[in-house]
Amino acid sequence: MGLAKRIIPCLDVDNGRVVKGVQFVDIRDAGDPVEVARKYDEQGADEITFLDITASHEDRETMVHMVEKMASEVFIPLTVGGGIRTVDDIRRMLNAGADKVGINTAAVFNPEFVREAAERFGSQCIVVAIDAKKVSAPDEENRWEIFTHGGRKPTGLDAVEWAKKMAEYGAGEILLTSMDRDGTKNGFDLGVTRAISDAISIPVIASGGVGELQHLVDGINDGGADAVLAASIFHFGEHTIPEAKQFMADQGIEVRD
Amino acid sequence: MNTVAVIDYGMGNLHSVSKAIEHVAPDARVLVTSDPALIREAERVVLPGVGAIRDCMAEIKRLGVDALVREVSQDRPFLGICVGMQALMQHSEENGGIDCINLLPGKVKFFGDPLMEGDTRLKVPHMGWNRVNQVKAHPLWQGIDNNERFYFVHSYYVKMESGDDVLGRTEYGLPIDAVVGRNNIFAVQFHPEKSQHSGLDLLKNFTQWNGKL
Repeated sequence: MGLAKRIIPCLDVDNGRVVKGVQFVDIRDAGDPVEVARKYDEQGADEITFLDITASHEDRETMVHMVEKMASEVFIPLTVGGGIRTVDDIRRMLNAGADKVGINTAAVFNPEFVREAAERFGSQCIVVAIDAKKVSAPDEENRWEIFTHGGRKPTGLDAVEWAKKMAEYGAGEILLTSMDRDGTKNGFDLGVTRAISDAISIPVIASGGVGELQHLVDGINDGGADAVLAASIFHFGEHTIPEAKQFMADQGIEVRD
Repeated sequence: MNTVAVIDYGMGNLHSVSKAIEHVAPDARVLVTSDPALIREAERVVLPGVGAIRDCMAEIKRLGVDALVREVSQDRPFLGICVGMQALMQHSEENGGIDCINLLPGKVKFFGDPLMEGDTRLKVPHMGWNRVNQVKAHPLWQGIDNNERFYFVHSYYVKMESGDDVLGRTEYGLPIDAVVGRNNIFAVQFHPEKSQHSGLDLLKNFTQWNGKL
């Protein structure tokens, strides 16, 4: 097996600034995303994901310029998510230098958008982001449902069935976030990660809940994920990317040096 | 002056390719263009490409890029990237079967579903950092370790008619002809512009290559 499992740091960006604190950038400043991305690139991150958490039109312009700047300086794959609703949104981000776009809510409300996007731009650049929450009772068989609006609104869609449908519609990759685990530092929801990874043939990125390096290993070995995404353990300097890779390699996971 | 033309046929993101070349060759003039006159004048030519082969080939033919590629690939360093590599082959299985530019004798095939490696099912697309075994010496490998990793993302792979045209191989369930070429033509399945140091080194070598072996 030659393909390395990927480590992807994720930045939440608001009006062109990283909004979650990032330790290695001047603390008085929330962080220049380009600066942060460069640091992760130097550390050996395999990709970088940006989530644009703003909604306003002006901020969107800022985001496009930021992606342009980043793509001129950081030569690893960049994924941009958040607020991608139209073919035009995708085109602008790709033209600015993004390699992939993350589609989340727009896919739930209009699955055909994913098909259209994949046909237009190729599956390789379409990442469907899934926010899943466990809805089964403890004595029932495990079941997870898709939620929107930061985990507040249920959709009635079964997460595993939804992932299968998105793969059929042309998604190139699934970014799976457990809303139960996001921000908890208790580790990925391995059950839903495994269920989705086994159900589809496209790669799965596990997200939500990483608090220690063992969680990254578990996401891959037990969850069956192809890549692991994390924010705070890297942002706050608890661990560096080389430490994470060494830890994974020590447990027999193939990573890029 | 060292001019590199990146052929723009309306498919996907050319920003990354041109920025990466500018980064490694600050003195070079990098043009993203579909203008045949400018492409003919350039010392080096890059054919990039992302997306589905049907759409790429349709635009390539509509703009006359196929004839232009055949012409300029005769006499100067020429680099094909990803779908820009696949487009150089005879034929692709993608989209129900598409005839390509037919510059090099090879076919583009689907990985298969399921793609197995022993008992393990491999994900398709082949996405991420994989090793490239340099099966043949080449000026563009200069300074790059054998079995170095590059960033791949593709569901179809190239199989050359003759091993003579294969310069680098990657294993993903089956052997992929990841780097192919002949004389002044060099083509890669991975994305050098997204492959950090190893990719930038390769692009730098390309900007300094005289097209000779």
